Amino acid sequence: MHNIFKIAMRNLMRYKRRTFLVATLIALGVIAVQVFVASSSSYKSLIISQITDAMLGQIQIHKKGYLVSVENVPMNLNLDQHGASIVEGILDSVPEIEAYSPRIRLGGMISNFVETTNIRLYGIEPEKEYRTVPLLPKRVISGTAELKPGQILIPKLLAKGLNLKVGDQVVIIATNKDGSVNGRQFTVGGIVESAPGPGGRDGYIGIADAAELLRMDAPEISEYAIHLKRFDKLHAAYEQIAARLSKEVNAEGNARFEIHTWESLAPFANIAKMIDIMSLFVKILLIAIVLVSIMDVMIMSVYERTREIGTLSAIGTMPGRILAIFVSEGVFLGLIGVVIGNVLSLLAIYTIRLSKFTFSFGMKEGFILMPQMAMSDVMFVSLVVVGVSVIGSLQPALKASRLEPIKALRSV
Amino acid sequence: MAIVDARNLGKTYETGEVSVRALNDVSFKIDAGSVVSFIGPSGSGKTTLLNLIGCLDKPTSGTIEIAGTDVASLDRKQSARFRGENIGFIFQDFNLVPILTVYENVEYPLIMVRDTPPGDRKALVRDLLEAVGMADQQRKYPDQISGGQKQRVSIARALVTKPKLVLADEPTANLDHKTAHLILALMKKIRSELKTTFVFSTHDPKIVGEAEVIYTIEDGALIGRQEKGTRFDA
Repeated sequence: MHNIFKIAMRNLMRYKRRTFLVATLIALGVIAVQVFVASSSSYKSLIISQITDAMLGQIQIHKKGYLVSVENVPMNLNLDQHGASIVEGILDSVPEIEAYSPRIRLGGMISNFVETTNIRLYGIEPEKEYRTVPLLPKRVISGTAELKPGQILIPKLLAKGLNLKVGDQVVIIATNKDGSVNGRQFTVGGIVESAPGPGGRDGYIGIADAAELLRMDAPEISEYAIHLKRFDKLHAAYEQIAARLSKEVNAEGNARFEIHTWESLAPFANIAKMIDIMSLFVKILLIAIVLVSIMDVMIMSVYERTREIGTLSAIGTMPGRILAIFVSEGVFLGLIGVVIGNVLSLLAIYTIRLSKFTFSFGMKEGFILMPQMAMSDVMFVSLVVVGVSVIGSLQPALKASRLEPIKALRSV
Repeated sequence: MAIVDARNLGKTYETGEVSVRALNDVSFKIDAGSVVSFIGPSGSGKTTLLNLIGCLDKPTSGTIEIAGTDVASLDRKQSARFRGENIGFIFQDFNLVPILTVYENVEYPLIMVRDTPPGDRKALVRDLLEAVGMADQQRKYPDQISGGQKQRVSIARALVTKPKLVLADEPTANLDHKTAHLILALMKKIRSELKTTFVFSTHDPKIVGEAEVIYTIEDGALIGRQEKGTRFDA
């Protein structure tokens, strides 16, 4: 094989300009893929972590039917104490779970005694909530995230609209599941920055305060938000929890609970899918570039070296070895392109990181793009280029190996 | 003992609806170790005949045995293997591989055709380069040497696998007269050392005399055979 490789490399060096141009084309394709994939992945991860770690959680569990009515904040679809204890029992037994947080969701009115507007609130246990959505405390731009009994965290836009600041008194009025209305006074403990995604403009009160406001004897849980130890185990953990929850059925034999990953809860999941599709198209573009350029150059090579192939064949070189020489040329050409492309991609990505390029998402500004070239992407792109190089050079190589020496020798 | 035994060979080329009969009922034998020449004008069928002897083409009729093998019955791969094991080629245009040095061109058949171990290759290549007077040029590439030198390298490449038969189609056509004689003298010298059978074609009457047996071919038919020092047999 060493000699086949040597001949293949020398043939590539024989047409230096052509080799350089094709390798450059492949390298540019690789750079386009690597930079796009690294940047889009960085963007996607950043936004997903903002959505899941700042308010949503990575997985949520509700009473069956809750999610389709979530916009109405249905109080009658909260989990009672028994249901909550079943869910917590399951969650406690899943080792992949880092933390979970019970929440009561409610809609109501907020008044600063001068003006009144509507508000959506989460009743939370601060310690559990902050472990489940660790970016939430960082969203508190004024006051503290401590959330003592009787305190409320007000979303920034609402605070601005109602001219509220930390320490101000507000009244929250809410309707409980029986239809009666109750009100309670709260002190603004902090102002929360808006975040992109569902729940990004909601306020927070303590879970006991929420239960009291809604005249619950004991907290009735609207949802459990879950944070995993490893985000890449999302679907495995989801399957595991879903399997256990599915065993819990009501008297009619129907499922008692429903479980969703963030993808079913946040519209950004569709953008993430679009990013994945665009990445796929960029990869397909790379495959097309490599395939066309390698095929083109190898067809030219066979055409120009027909007489030489005839000579090699006449002196007894077996067709398989002629095939191997040409396939090796194609593979080496692809390899040169992918190595140069990967090295330049690393430099380009490093430059983007150094430039601290920022972007905004929703109301939130100042996200810094920190693209990272994963080893799996390097391996994937390299294997794809080499694989496509083999495919691209195979047809010309087969043609070369099947040339009749007598006809090939007559070629000018 | 005959290394080539051709009987009633015929070769017809089909070009669309036109048939061209290039060889017509040609029979001959070539003894092992001899130097044989096929002479005749351009288009007489010399190259076609050499292609059949060299297993590069198949006859339309008749049989041809090389070293006891009916080569017309071999498939593409078998033909390639047979050529590699039994036949050396010297081309009119030298046909050296331009990306390989003189040394590597001669070494090529040992590596890619015969799978000769590296230790054995070195001695074989060195000896042949010495024999053709190209040892001091071994690191040069084909485009760095003259036409005569290229043909010397081509001879060394044809002989390096120690073939039973060496075929040369117009080997001196692209060389000046003096170099042509030197090349033929070299072929004969090596023949006497290695006992290889040389068969060459030419239409140059000045170099025909270097052969021991001369076949004359015209319009696809053998019209005469002459052994050196004997009368021309028509």
